[in-house]
Amino acid sequence: MAIFGLWVINKAGGLVYQRNFADGLAQLTSNEYLVLAGTLHGIHAITSRLSPTGSSSGAQVIEGESFKMTILLTATGTKFVLLTSLTEMTAETVLQKVYEAYADAVMKNPFHTPEMPIRSEGFDTRITALIGTGQSS
Amino acid sequence: MSYPQPHPRFSVLSSSSLSSTDYVQSPTTASSTTRFSLPSVNTTPGSTTPKPPGQRPNIYDRPLNKTRTAEVSASAFAFLFSEVVQYTQKRVAGINDLERRLNTLGYRIGTRVLELQVWRTESTSKAPKRETRFLQALMSIHTQVWRTCFGKAADGLEKSVENDDEYMIVDNDPPITRNISVPRDLSSLSCSSFTAGIVEAVLDGLGFPARVTAHNTPTAQYPNRTVVLIKVEKSVLEREEALK
Repeated sequence: MAIFGLWVINKAGGLVYQRNFADGLAQLTSNEYLVLAGTLHGIHAITSRLSPTGSSSGAQVIEGESFKMTILLTATGTKFVLLTSLTEMTAETVLQKVYEAYADAVMKNPFHTPEMPIRSEGFDTRITALIGTGQSS
Repeated sequence: MSYPQPHPRFSVLSSSSLSSTDYVQSPTTASSTTRFSLPSVNTTPGSTTPKPPGQRPNIYDRPLNKTRTAEVSASAFAFLFSEVVQYTQKRVAGINDLERRLNTLGYRIGTRVLELQVWRTESTSKAPKRETRFLQALMSIHTQVWRTCFGKAADGLEKSVENDDEYMIVDNDPPITRNISVPRDLSSLSCSSFTAGIVEAVLDGLGFPARVTAHNTPTAQYPNRTVVLIKVEKSVLEREEALK
């Protein structure tokens, strides 16, 4: 039961926010994170066209042997990705709250440029309060 | 000789609003009236258009005393204020200039807030009065004006220990800057300069000219704590002394 990391990917596939909470995943350089985010963006675009029965919102959960990746796609194309352990059950609700914090602390902040990396103390504080050290409550 | 010159800030504002009035009244902007849905004005006297049933009355026809339903969505205001700050920031040279402009915008609101508040509270009371003592005026700003603007009273009213002419209104979490994170290179900027403008206008309107500024004073418990610093003019203190 652990939350490893959070990514926010803008609608063009760029990684605008990345933060680690608990150990358990390999540490990567920021360039590698950017490449991974771009790749996920592409994979997500492909999965959204795989559905045999009309339109689809794309991949929502990707599971590995030791981790789970939960993806929340918003109406504007921003993606929130939460990396958790397999047993973590709260990922969807945490992502909804992250979206809420994003709407409040990022989009209403006059010093934030849309589609650019998020450097907002308020958002950091809200995320810390929400996820904390990574141990789910 | 009583009014040799209007308030310096008014002169700036009125000249700009004069030019914009000219613009609105020019015949080419007839379409803009519909685009921005300005309240309809009867150009031909005598012909009143019948109001369709179920339509909400024109904003100028609604009663001023309804305070319960006159609340504004905090989110909508947060987005509007965010745009105001961005718009202003593009047109200034530095932090001081930005704060001065936000102050000016707040000033225009403050003049209206004072008028509206006097209308709301004094028109219904049996003994209408006007604040003539400085401390009473500050108290009414601290509670009444704050409640009108932000839906709650301010968290503190203090007098400076060092300077006789300085007073402070403390707000632990100002609603208008709740979602704003100021970047480090602008750390001395306080977007509550807008609130300071409102306070300055109310004090001016009551006859207590003062210079009002806003400052961030974060504490561990309240990271958004803001102090609105009021530096009153000497004449006000002298008059207070004489009235004692």
